[in-house]
Amino acid sequence: MSIKVRYFASLKELIGRDSDVCEFTSGMTVLEAWQSVVPDKVIPNNILAAINMEYVSLDALLTNEDELAFFPPVTGG
Amino acid sequence: MIKITSSEFEPYRELEQYQLQQKAQLSGKQGAANVFVGTMRDFNDGEAVKGMTLEHYPEMTEKQLEHVLADAKKQWPVLDALVIHRVGDVFPDDVLVLVAVWSAHRGAAFDACRFIMEALKSRVPFWKQEILNDDTRRWVAKNTDGYVN
Repeated sequence: MSIKVRYFASLKELIGRDSDVCEFTSGMTVLEAWQSVVPDKVIPNNILAAINMEYVSLDALLTNEDELAFFPPVTGG
Repeated sequence: MIKITSSEFEPYRELEQYQLQQKAQLSGKQGAANVFVGTMRDFNDGEAVKGMTLEHYPEMTEKQLEHVLADAKKQWPVLDALVIHRVGDVFPDDVLVLVAVWSAHRGAAFDACRFIMEALKSRVPFWKQEILNDDTRRWVAKNTDGYVN
Protein backbone atom coordinates (compact mmCIF):
# COMPACT_ATOMS: atom_id res chain seq x y z
CA MET A 1 0.00 0.00 0.00
CA SER A 2 1.60 3.23 -1.13
CA ILE A 3 1.02 6.71 -2.48
CA LYS A 4 3.08 8.66 -4.97
CA VAL A 5 4.36 12.03 -3.75
CA ARG A 6 5.46 14.65 -6.29
CA TYR A 7 7.31 17.96 -5.83
CA PHE A 8 7.43 20.92 -8.20
CA ALA A 9 9.42 24.09 -8.90
CA SER A 10 11.53 25.55 -6.05
CA LEU A 11 10.31 22.85 -3.67
CA LYS A 12 11.69 20.15 -5.96
CA GLU A 13 15.09 21.90 -5.78
CA LEU A 14 14.88 22.30 -2.01
CA ILE A 15 14.16 18.62 -1.52
CA GLY A 16 16.57 17.49 -4.24
CA ARG A 17 14.20 15.09 -6.05
CA ASP A 18 10.92 15.25 -7.92
CA SER A 19 9.06 12.37 -6.31
CA ASP A 20 8.90 9.80 -3.56
CA VAL A 21 6.88 6.70 -2.82
CA CYS A 22 5.27 6.87 0.60
CA GLU A 23 4.12 3.84 2.51
CA PHE A 24 0.41 4.33 3.09
CA THR A 25 -1.26 3.68 6.40
CA SER A 26 -4.98 4.03 7.02
CA GLY A 27 -5.99 7.47 8.32
CA MET A 28 -2.79 9.12 7.05
CA THR A 29 -3.05 12.88 6.47
CA VAL A 30 -1.22 15.05 3.94
CA LEU A 31 0.98 16.49 6.69
CA GLU A 32 1.84 13.00 7.97
CA ALA A 33 2.82 11.95 4.45
CA TRP A 34 5.19 14.96 4.26
CA GLN A 35 6.73 14.03 7.61
CA SER A 36 7.20 10.48 6.37
CA VAL A 37 8.92 11.32 3.06
CA VAL A 38 10.73 14.55 4.00
CA PRO A 39 11.55 13.92 7.68
CA ASP A 40 14.53 16.30 7.67
CA LYS A 41 12.53 19.41 6.67
CA VAL A 42 9.74 21.35 8.35
CA ILE A 43 6.89 21.87 5.92
CA PRO A 44 7.08 25.43 4.47
CA ASN A 45 4.35 27.86 5.61
CA ASN A 46 3.22 28.82 2.13
CA ILE A 47 3.16 25.30 0.67
CA LEU A 48 0.24 24.13 -1.46
CA ALA A 49 -0.91 20.51 -1.60
CA ALA A 50 -3.06 18.55 -4.02
CA ILE A 51 -4.47 15.03 -3.95
CA ASN A 52 -5.16 13.62 -7.40
CA MET A 53 -4.73 17.15 -8.80
CA GLU A 54 -7.31 18.85 -6.58
CA TYR A 55 -6.24 21.32 -3.87
CA VAL A 56 -6.49 20.04 -0.30
CA SER A 57 -5.55 21.22 3.19
CA LEU A 58 -2.72 19.64 5.15
CA ASP A 59 -5.17 17.74 7.37
CA ALA A 60 -6.90 16.05 4.41
CA LEU A 61 -7.00 12.26 4.53
CA LEU A 62 -5.21 10.15 1.94
CA THR A 63 -6.38 6.99 0.23
CA ASN A 64 -4.17 4.14 -0.97
CA GLU A 65 -2.69 4.82 -4.45
CA ASP A 66 -3.43 8.56 -4.33
CA GLU A 67 -1.10 10.97 -6.11
CA LEU A 68 -0.10 13.65 -3.61
CA ALA A 69 1.71 16.79 -4.77
CA PHE A 70 3.45 19.59 -2.89
CA PHE A 71 4.43 22.89 -4.49
CA PRO A 72 5.05 26.60 -3.81
CA PRO A 73 2.57 29.41 -4.67
CA VAL A 74 1.81 29.37 -8.39
CA THR A 75 3.22 32.09 -10.66
CA GLY A 76 1.79 31.56 -14.14
CA GLY A 77 0.22 34.03 -16.53
CA MET B 1 -10.98 25.50 -25.17
CA ILE B 2 -7.80 25.10 -23.18
CA LYS B 3 -4.39 24.63 -24.75
CA ILE B 4 -0.99 24.30 -23.07
CA THR B 5 1.88 24.58 -25.52
CA SER B 6 5.66 24.48 -25.45
CA SER B 7 5.78 26.17 -28.88
CA GLU B 8 5.75 29.87 -29.67
CA PHE B 9 2.26 31.05 -30.67
CA GLU B 10 0.81 34.08 -32.39
CA PRO B 11 -2.28 35.06 -30.35
CA TYR B 12 -4.17 36.94 -33.05
CA ARG B 13 -3.79 34.11 -35.54
CA GLU B 14 -5.01 31.65 -32.90
CA LEU B 15 -8.00 33.91 -32.23
CA GLU B 16 -8.87 34.18 -35.89
CA GLN B 17 -8.70 30.42 -36.37
CA TYR B 18 -10.70 29.72 -33.25
CA GLN B 19 -13.43 32.22 -34.15
CA LEU B 20 -13.78 30.59 -37.58
CA GLN B 21 -13.98 27.17 -36.00
CA GLN B 22 -16.62 28.36 -33.49
CA LYS B 23 -18.64 30.35 -36.01
CA ALA B 24 -21.75 28.21 -35.68
CA GLN B 25 -21.73 28.55 -31.91
CA LEU B 26 -21.14 32.31 -31.82
CA SER B 27 -22.96 33.58 -34.92
CA GLY B 28 -25.85 35.89 -34.10
CA LYS B 29 -25.37 35.43 -30.35
CA GLN B 30 -22.07 37.20 -29.69
CA GLY B 31 -22.17 40.91 -28.90
CA ALA B 32 -18.80 41.21 -27.21
CA ALA B 33 -15.39 39.60 -27.18
CA ASN B 34 -12.75 40.49 -24.62
CA VAL B 35 -9.14 39.48 -25.18
CA PHE B 36 -6.15 39.49 -22.83
CA VAL B 37 -2.64 38.83 -24.09
CA GLY B 38 0.21 38.48 -21.58
CA THR B 39 3.77 38.92 -22.87
CA MET B 40 7.17 38.37 -21.27
CA ARG B 41 9.01 41.55 -20.16
CA ASP B 42 12.81 41.89 -20.17
CA PHE B 43 12.80 43.12 -16.57
CA ASN B 44 11.31 42.06 -13.27
CA ASP B 45 11.74 43.02 -9.65
CA GLY B 46 14.50 45.55 -10.43
CA GLU B 47 16.60 43.23 -12.61
CA ALA B 48 17.06 42.62 -16.32
CA VAL B 49 15.69 39.20 -17.30
CA LYS B 50 16.90 37.49 -20.48
CA GLY B 51 14.83 34.34 -20.38
CA MET B 52 12.53 32.23 -18.33
CA THR B 53 11.46 28.62 -17.87
CA LEU B 54 7.79 27.97 -17.23
CA GLU B 55 7.27 24.76 -15.32
CA HIS B 56 3.81 23.23 -14.90
CA TYR B 57 2.06 20.21 -13.41
CA PRO B 58 0.69 18.39 -16.46
CA GLU B 59 -2.96 17.32 -16.15
CA MET B 60 -3.51 19.32 -12.96
CA THR B 61 -2.97 22.46 -15.01
CA GLU B 62 -5.74 21.51 -17.43
CA LYS B 63 -8.01 20.30 -14.62
CA GLN B 64 -7.69 23.55 -12.67
CA LEU B 65 -8.18 25.66 -15.80
CA GLU B 66 -11.41 23.71 -16.47
CA HIS B 67 -12.54 24.61 -12.94
CA VAL B 68 -11.70 28.28 -13.55
CA LEU B 69 -13.73 28.36 -16.79
CA ALA B 70 -16.62 26.56 -15.11
CA ASP B 71 -16.56 29.10 -12.25
CA ALA B 72 -16.62 31.97 -14.77
CA LYS B 73 -19.58 30.41 -16.58
CA LYS B 74 -21.47 30.13 -13.26
CA GLN B 75 -21.05 33.87 -12.65
CA TRP B 76 -21.47 35.34 -16.15
CA PRO B 77 -23.34 34.33 -19.31
CA VAL B 78 -20.23 33.27 -21.22
CA LEU B 79 -20.84 31.91 -24.72
CA ASP B 80 -17.32 30.62 -25.17
CA ALA B 81 -13.80 31.00 -23.82
CA LEU B 82 -10.30 30.26 -25.09
CA VAL B 83 -7.18 29.98 -22.93
CA ILE B 84 -3.72 29.28 -24.34
CA HIS B 85 -0.71 29.15 -22.02
CA ARG B 86 2.93 28.67 -22.88
CA VAL B 87 5.29 26.35 -20.97
CA GLY B 88 9.00 25.57 -21.29
CA ASP B 89 11.72 28.01 -22.29
CA VAL B 90 10.52 31.53 -23.16
CA PHE B 91 12.16 34.83 -24.03
CA PRO B 92 11.25 38.55 -23.82
CA ASP B 93 8.40 39.48 -26.18
CA ASP B 94 7.12 35.89 -26.30
CA VAL B 95 3.41 35.64 -25.65
CA LEU B 96 2.85 33.68 -22.44
CA VAL B 97 -0.92 33.63 -22.17
CA LEU B 98 -4.04 34.37 -24.19
CA VAL B 99 -7.49 34.59 -22.60
CA ALA B 100 -10.50 35.36 -24.80
CA VAL B 101 -14.13 35.44 -23.73
CA TRP B 102 -17.23 35.79 -25.89
CA SER B 103 -20.57 36.93 -24.52
CA ALA B 104 -23.76 38.68 -25.64
CA HIS B 105 -22.81 41.87 -23.78
CA ARG B 106 -19.56 43.67 -22.90
CA GLY B 107 -20.00 43.59 -19.11
CA ALA B 108 -19.83 39.81 -18.90
CA ALA B 109 -17.03 39.63 -21.47
CA PHE B 110 -14.83 42.14 -19.59
CA ASP B 111 -15.57 40.74 -16.12
CA ALA B 112 -15.24 37.05 -17.00
CA CYS B 113 -11.96 37.64 -18.87
CA ARG B 114 -10.50 39.46 -15.85
CA PHE B 115 -11.77 36.77 -13.50
CA ILE B 116 -10.24 33.96 -15.59
CA MET B 117 -6.87 35.72 -15.79
CA GLU B 118 -6.71 36.47 -12.05
CA ALA B 119 -7.86 32.94 -11.13
CA LEU B 120 -5.24 31.47 -13.49
CA LYS B 121 -2.57 33.50 -11.69
CA SER B 122 -3.58 32.28 -8.24
CA ARG B 123 -4.89 28.72 -8.81
CA VAL B 124 -3.34 27.07 -11.84
CA PRO B 125 -0.04 25.25 -11.25
CA PHE B 126 2.52 27.07 -13.38
CA TRP B 127 5.84 28.38 -11.99
CA LYS B 128 8.27 30.87 -13.51
CA GLN B 129 12.02 30.60 -13.14
CA GLU B 130 13.84 33.67 -14.46
CA ILE B 131 17.30 33.73 -16.05
CA LEU B 132 19.16 36.96 -15.30
CA ASN B 133 21.85 38.52 -17.50
CA ASP B 134 24.66 36.85 -15.54
CA ASP B 135 22.94 33.46 -16.11
CA THR B 136 21.84 33.10 -12.52
CA ARG B 137 18.37 31.65 -12.13
CA ARG B 138 15.73 32.68 -9.62
CA TRP B 139 12.20 31.44 -8.97
CA VAL B 140 9.45 34.02 -9.00
CA ALA B 141 8.14 33.73 -5.44
CA LYS B 142 4.64 35.09 -6.01
CA ASN B 143 2.55 36.98 -8.50
CA THR B 144 1.91 40.70 -8.02
CA ASP B 145 -1.53 42.32 -7.90
CA GLY B 146 -1.05 43.30 -11.54
CA TYR B 147 -0.58 47.04 -11.04
CA VAL B 148 3.00 47.58 -9.90
CA ASN B 149 6.34 45.99 -10.55
